[in-house]
Amino acid sequence: MRAAAPEPATRLPLRLAWLVGCAVAVFGCVVLSIAIGSEQLAISDAIRVLFQPDGSNAAVIVHELRLPRTLLGVAVGLALGMAGAIMQSITRNPLADPGILGVNAGAATGVVVASTILGLGAFTSYVWFAFLGAGAATVLVYLIGSRDVGGADPVRLALAGTAVSAALAAVNQTLVLLDPQAYEEYRFWVVGDLAGRDGAVLGYLVPFIAIGLLLAVSLGPALNALALGEDTGRALGTRIARTRGLAAISVLLLAGAATAAAGPIAFVGLAVPHLARLLIGPDQRYQLPYSALFGAILVVLADVLGRLIAPEGELQVGIVAAFVGAPIFVLLVRRARIAKL
Amino acid sequence: MTAHVVLRGPSNRVGLRLATRTLLVGGVLLALLGVLIAVALITGRASLSLGEVLPALFGGGDNPGTNYIVWTLRMPRVLAAVLVGAALAISGAIFQRLTRNALGSPDFIGFSNGAATGAVLQILLFGAGPMAVVGGALVGGAVTAVLVYGLAYRRGVAGYRLVLVGIGISAVLLSLNHYLLVRAELSDAYRAAIWLTGSLNGRSWDHVAVLAGALVLCLPVALLLSRQLTLLEMGNDLAYSLGVPVERTRLALIAAGVGLVAAATATAGPIAFVALASPHIARRLTRTAGAGLVTTGLLGAVLLLISDIAVQVLFESANLPVGLATGAIGGVYLTVLLSRRWRARIR
Repeated sequence: MRAAAPEPATRLPLRLAWLVGCAVAVFGCVVLSIAIGSEQLAISDAIRVLFQPDGSNAAVIVHELRLPRTLLGVAVGLALGMAGAIMQSITRNPLADPGILGVNAGAATGVVVASTILGLGAFTSYVWFAFLGAGAATVLVYLIGSRDVGGADPVRLALAGTAVSAALAAVNQTLVLLDPQAYEEYRFWVVGDLAGRDGAVLGYLVPFIAIGLLLAVSLGPALNALALGEDTGRALGTRIARTRGLAAISVLLLAGAATAAAGPIAFVGLAVPHLARLLIGPDQRYQLPYSALFGAILVVLADVLGRLIAPEGELQVGIVAAFVGAPIFVLLVRRARIAKL
Repeated sequence: MTAHVVLRGPSNRVGLRLATRTLLVGGVLLALLGVLIAVALITGRASLSLGEVLPALFGGGDNPGTNYIVWTLRMPRVLAAVLVGAALAISGAIFQRLTRNALGSPDFIGFSNGAATGAVLQILLFGAGPMAVVGGALVGGAVTAVLVYGLAYRRGVAGYRLVLVGIGISAVLLSLNHYLLVRAELSDAYRAAIWLTGSLNGRSWDHVAVLAGALVLCLPVALLLSRQLTLLEMGNDLAYSLGVPVERTRLALIAAGVGLVAAATATAGPIAFVALASPHIARRLTRTAGAGLVTTGLLGAVLLLISDIAVQVLFESANLPVGLATGAIGGVYLTVLLSRRWRARIR
């Protein structure tokens, strides 16, 4: 871990300008996502009916179909980006992502159990089971990974997450392989998709994501202190156990809600914090919001691209996100010195 | 200080210093492996007794049915389990120590996902037979490994960059696999999903031959370089100043690790957790920082064989893949281990 070098004051406005730029970019992606689809709208029309629903065909498409899907994409992207940044910061492991804390596997277990054992209908209606499973897995990982009451050792946390994930993944596979009908649904859920999700899902999950985002941003200074090492962090007055606990709660809220809504979308939470670190350096107070915004941009753009490539909606957002994000990620890894944690 | 046993060759030219505990653990694991092989040979749909298996095994068997079951059905599967487990564990140890990351595994350089893509393409697009799937997995994995190494190469390969590039490529391949599965017919997708979980069902002597060939090529390299590996763990600069040709050693170790995992994955599919957990468990058992590759390999073999027996006993009729059991057993083991340490600290 390298401490951040003292920086000239001029960096501050630049970083804020970038932040505003990112927010504008998110809005641009939203407009694109609203305009592009099997029924193409002009950008100007899209913006007009977005703010003045006039009952026209275009307005119905935008407000009934595309806006909910787009907003879901924004929410999921914000949540995944932020959750990834928090995870990497708190475990000080650049390979950490919400998947490693067992969130994805837990959510999948919730969904699989609901479908195969409880015999409830379609996979996509299991938001609450996914959330329940994600929560249970996170609590389990945190309990196992804790060193003493309340505190969690980063490496052990990551190991515990991997162990729990592996065990849960085995359970999931067993259940779906015993029941081919369930496997049929599972293979579509596990890809990660924004399409065909109930509009009400967004309403349920937005409060969780909002609380998670606020909690995460408020942890920025404490995470900065912790990044200097446990002892230095403590000497700087950070309450380590409390910070780690709150961070774990925010990851649970964010990643649990995102996975519940869209299925496990891999890679976003892992890659986005690296991009943010490359752009603005190791300061967590900036890295966290940047990661969230990058996550939103990546998810929404991936969804738009999927619709452009395959207009029937056969290319799911999880697939496109990996195909778009990974080459950029590899290029950056090759070109720049990756900031070490 | 721990006790050591020192073996010396003639006139003290060659010496080998081994911790007693490591020797003990190795011996126990070897004995356990022998017992497990016997158990595996008598377990199965047609139950045989040890009295029937042993004559068939050592050439005295005059019952053709028993001979067939032991030599054609069960022995290849048992040997495949032992060799696959050892190969996965050793390559896991190499990659964890090379990347100096406890979560490092061959998966991180994209090999398993590349092999999976190759195999899934064979199964879904060409409806291929078992050996064609092995070929597809080998080609897919090798192409991926070369691609990752090439993309990570920039005046030498930093362990860090290798891992990050590997993650990126893995993510692409994983979603490609998902995409292929979503587009396929249910029955084909189901068959591919079983392969993707990692299965030893119906493995033949052909599989064992491919596996043994790869092990004969890769194991000596890994064992000969294990001391340089220990030095590499201390950092590039230190290893260089101690006379290790850093880049060449690393490439040779990566090649050996990839070769091992290639053979294992081609034989049994991407089996979860053995590569990740075996080095950890071996380190706990031997109480050394980097457990020896031999101990780790033995442990991997034991772990996979236990899993294969468990999956046959528990789900007798379903023919479930062994990857399910390795995931569950490994996960439960690490969970127990971690929580016991956790509780010990509280008291």
